[in-house]
Amino acid sequence: MSLTLVKQRTDHQKASPRRVDGVAKIRGTALYVDDLPCADVLHGATVRTTEAGGTLQEVVFDPAIDWSEFVVVTARDIPGMNAVKLLENDQVVLVDRAFRHAGEAVVLLAHADPEKLGMALKGVSLVELPNTAPIFDIDAALAAQHEIIPGNIYTDYLLDRGDVAEGEHLADVIIEERFLTPSQEQLYIEPQGMLAHLQEDGGILVEGSMQCPYYVLDALVQCMGMDKDHLRVVQSTTGGAFGGKEDYPSMIACHAALLALKAGGRSVKLVYERGEDLRVTPKRHPSRTLIRLGANKAGELQFIDMDFAIDGGAYRTLSPVVLSRGVIHAPGPYKCPHIRVRGRAVATNHPPFGAFRGFGAPQSIFAMEVAMDRLAKKLAMDPAELRRINLLRTGDLSPTGDVVGADCFAHAALDAALEHTHYYQRLAEYRAWNAAGYQTRKGIGLATFAHGAGFTGNGELHLASRVSLQALANGHVEILCSNTEMGQGAATTLVQIAADALGLPMDRVHLAQADTSRVPNSGPTVASRTCMVVGDLIQKAAGQLLQRLRETAELAASYDAQSFAAACTRLCAAAGDTLVTAQYQPPADMRWDEQAFLGRAYASYAWAAYIAEVEVDLLTLVTRVLDFTAVQEIGDAVHPVIVQGQIEGGVAQGIGYALHEDVLWNERGVMANDRLTNYIIPTSADLGFMHVVLLEGGLGAGPKGAKGVGELPMDGPAPAIVNAIQRALDIDIRQIPVRPEMLLELTMSGGH
Amino acid sequence: MPTTMRINGEAFQSSSAPNSRLLDVLRNECDLKGTKEGCGEGECGACAVLVNGKLVNSCLVPLGQMEQAEITTVEGLPEDSTLARAFVQCGATQCGICTPGMMLAATALLAEHANPTLEEIRWGLSGNLCRCTGYGRIYAAIAQAAGGSADV
Amino acid sequence: MSDWIRPRHLPEALEILATAPGPYRVISGGTDLMVECHLAPERRPESWLDISGLRELQGLQITEEGIRIGAATSLEAIRRHAEVLAHWPMLAASAAVTGAPPIQNRATLGGNVCNASPAADNAPVLLAYGARLEIVHHHGSRWLPYGDFHLGYRKTALQAGELLSALWIPYPPKHSRGYFRKVGTRAAQAIAKVSIAALIEEDRDGIIQSARFGMASVAATPCTLPSVSQYLLGRALRDIADAQVRQRVKQDIAPIQDIRSTTAYRLEIASRLVLEAIHRRSESKKEN
Repeated sequence: MSLTLVKQRTDHQKASPRRVDGVAKIRGTALYVDDLPCADVLHGATVRTTEAGGTLQEVVFDPAIDWSEFVVVTARDIPGMNAVKLLENDQVVLVDRAFRHAGEAVVLLAHADPEKLGMALKGVSLVELPNTAPIFDIDAALAAQHEIIPGNIYTDYLLDRGDVAEGEHLADVIIEERFLTPSQEQLYIEPQGMLAHLQEDGGILVEGSMQCPYYVLDALVQCMGMDKDHLRVVQSTTGGAFGGKEDYPSMIACHAALLALKAGGRSVKLVYERGEDLRVTPKRHPSRTLIRLGANKAGELQFIDMDFAIDGGAYRTLSPVVLSRGVIHAPGPYKCPHIRVRGRAVATNHPPFGAFRGFGAPQSIFAMEVAMDRLAKKLAMDPAELRRINLLRTGDLSPTGDVVGADCFAHAALDAALEHTHYYQRLAEYRAWNAAGYQTRKGIGLATFAHGAGFTGNGELHLASRVSLQALANGHVEILCSNTEMGQGAATTLVQIAADALGLPMDRVHLAQADTSRVPNSGPTVASRTCMVVGDLIQKAAGQLLQRLRETAELAASYDAQSFAAACTRLCAAAGDTLVTAQYQPPADMRWDEQAFLGRAYASYAWAAYIAEVEVDLLTLVTRVLDFTAVQEIGDAVHPVIVQGQIEGGVAQGIGYALHEDVLWNERGVMANDRLTNYIIPTSADLGFMHVVLLEGGLGAGPKGAKGVGELPMDGPAPAIVNAIQRALDIDIRQIPVRPEMLLELTMSGGH
Repeated sequence: MPTTMRINGEAFQSSSAPNSRLLDVLRNECDLKGTKEGCGEGECGACAVLVNGKLVNSCLVPLGQMEQAEITTVEGLPEDSTLARAFVQCGATQCGICTPGMMLAATALLAEHANPTLEEIRWGLSGNLCRCTGYGRIYAAIAQAAGGSADV
Repeated sequence: MSDWIRPRHLPEALEILATAPGPYRVISGGTDLMVECHLAPERRPESWLDISGLRELQGLQITEEGIRIGAATSLEAIRRHAEVLAHWPMLAASAAVTGAPPIQNRATLGGNVCNASPAADNAPVLLAYGARLEIVHHHGSRWLPYGDFHLGYRKTALQAGELLSALWIPYPPKHSRGYFRKVGTRAAQAIAKVSIAALIEEDRDGIIQSARFGMASVAATPCTLPSVSQYLLGRALRDIADAQVRQRVKQDIAPIQDIRSTTAYRLEIASRLVLEAIHRRSESKKEN
């Protein structure tokens, strides 16, 4: 039985080497984009549209300002194509005429004096002819009375397996619900920014805060009309990203590059102030889910029927891929013969929504997991029991019709979570507490889920990532890849994987700076793919390097760091090729039908069961998370402390998503709570210790069977917390964040 | 009139306008880039420094009030300390942008409570936002630096 | 180049305030003003009067009647002060939930009052304790009950040339009990959605002799609850009709819907907290 294979890890600090970037960050010597030394730099700023879509009639420059002092860039200055390179070329770099949302860039300015720049910004006025009826709501977009694009639908997917009508016949109990989730801001503490330099050859170098240097490079190629050889993108230390620095850095880089091109050789720094960052950069897609679940009396799911729609905002950007992940994750880790998930990404006049940890999955999993509790309630069954009955096992068919292999630990995760929390005991304690009539109510709630690591379906195949290792004459080895450290620990994890595979101490292995002039394209740093997919490539490249050293430089079968170094020296002296490159090959059994949403969607799923314990104050309706237990099977914890930090950090963001974080919009579709005092993320006073339990089944697609963990912890907290609150107060919740204002309404109206 | 202060133990004189933010003086005049700007409104604590031993947000401090002040930035903390080692070992830093401010908050906290309780740690850091860690590894690091267990 | 004056004595400061041709912006801890300057640099004042160095405005002094707190005393000094903790625990509590430690290390009690935010964290407690303000001018000084200080949204009774020099808080009556609670957007670094302080004095028979309330974030200014206080006066706890209290709370406050909360929530929670303050014999409570 697979259960016995699972190792449980609680002592995280053991077997965790020091982070390679730790000392520089603790001493404050790590250089972020705003810290980069740069002589004679100009500061950039952006003039933006203020209407929620419309037509730009005129740009008026205040004649009282001497504009010759400023670098001024408009759409006419773009040498290449006026479109941000992404899935589709629908989003302009600078508005020329038509635009779709408030906050689109129109004019770029640069000046050496930030004060003067600030004043000049107010000296540019735009004459905008606004749209008559902007759309800010998913259902309004679908009604399509006004069209932003035809039908207002970017993408329409259907996962349809079995026959839902058949499932309805077999179901004894059916529930139907409508769930809403809000947008969520990544709130990396380092705002976005880029620094662009004109090079002697007329090309451009852009440095900055980013996840995906090659995305930025491709965007520059298109916008600047230059070939790759004249463009160079270098990642600076990145102060958090969480998906928020996946696509938008391309926009800022194009802006900075355009300014630098006109700045007569002076470098241009474009670093956003917090408010600007909050107002214009992409956030998590809001969602609306209609869901119906049916089960027989025994609690076995008979059908899952979902209509899942996300607000894509004014341009397509990454919405199709966010949607596909959301659709695939929607039915959860359950066995069910009849599944239909319709997914649509719709166009509105909000700024485009983008990547944020979880990438569509937290939205659809929220709906599914809260619906599961509703179904349990209707069946008069404990939610843990309902899940136990339905969780996938090896040999079952997954929601996308793939046979679940040995790498399925859904039950192991649930069992461990119930055991660690003393779930049934707690349940009884909280019932007794709630019956005793105190001024608070307590509840325990859970969510079980799985998260697929790496690009969806054939995505990794299309990426065809490459990673190189470079042996140096002194016996050190450099990893060349485009994946970035943004706090998640990739630098340490990748060095550790390489050192392990090469049999070297970690201090002999170095991760090269992500510089497109040096490193190959190993794909973007997204989708929980770095450790698993890129780590695996590093391991393969390490094998190639060892083989070459053995074949051409007399590396012995058994060696130490010293004899390894000697072999490297020989290879270099003989002018041998010291560079090896590994390229991604899909697993043999990886079949995915992109049209039908059937087959194996991901190389590996990580399995999890999260349990939240909450206390709600009946007087104020303020909810406090008393305890949070996160159990996840992640294949292998390459660096347990980093994994623990990823899980805890993701859970904290999930707690914020569940209880506090809400992007509020003004009448023009711009974020209204655009200050940190009004966009509420948890402080240390709000968060205690969490319990992280790692299960290691060793069967993932990564090194030593590791799986991706980055996004996983975002999926579970919101539904687990909502389920706990529902039980504490005996109410039905259909929306997050669960702010006290909403609980007051629910409790005063009977709550169902 | 220039403002004279001591920054990390060394005398420094600034001729910037008295309503300049201490943050800008530190970063632009002293080239002390360890002090970060995260929000500019005293919410995030990325710009935290010690002024006369007290934790403050340097984005809210006007230079004009710094005459004769003793200022400590992250660069002025000992390069190697039990606190610094504990931060590395426990995984208290991830993206690192909040870390300098956290180090100073932790320094101020430990100066006041040599053996802080979890409640005191949580309170002491509550003006410093971290979006990466969920704070757990930071609590652990401070507890370890204070001689306690990392698994509080 | 802006004009920044840092007087060494109070008379010097008052003279400047009284005689300067243009308006001087008074700055102390700067935790509100520096944010304003950052968000709206075009409205940044040209002339500054920095009172943070004035000794006369610093520190806490116990007198027979109560405590005098210099307007430029930091919230950190207040929340730690032994006498404050012993006799005015609600003030220690409100100072301790203002922002977070780095804010409390800079922010001053006088600044919190003069900034005149409807959500001012320390205002409810000062209202409940019946604080008085010492306002000084080049020509002299005057005393003003704090309850008369806020005239409208961000409008105070402070006149041109005047400076708030100290806050004076009397000892609470012997048989009184206090109640303080801030309901904020989160546990720290929070702006209040509703906050309340109450000081209720009962005689030996349980008849209410006085009841003073202060609330924040429920009207255009921090406010008292005059009709609730009046209703309670002379009544025993058992004779208090909750519905009557709720109705009077409704009369006394005028909450709005904003980015942080709703009118309905503020109104209902205000009523609940007032009833809680009346019925529950608990001391100040800190909570998010």
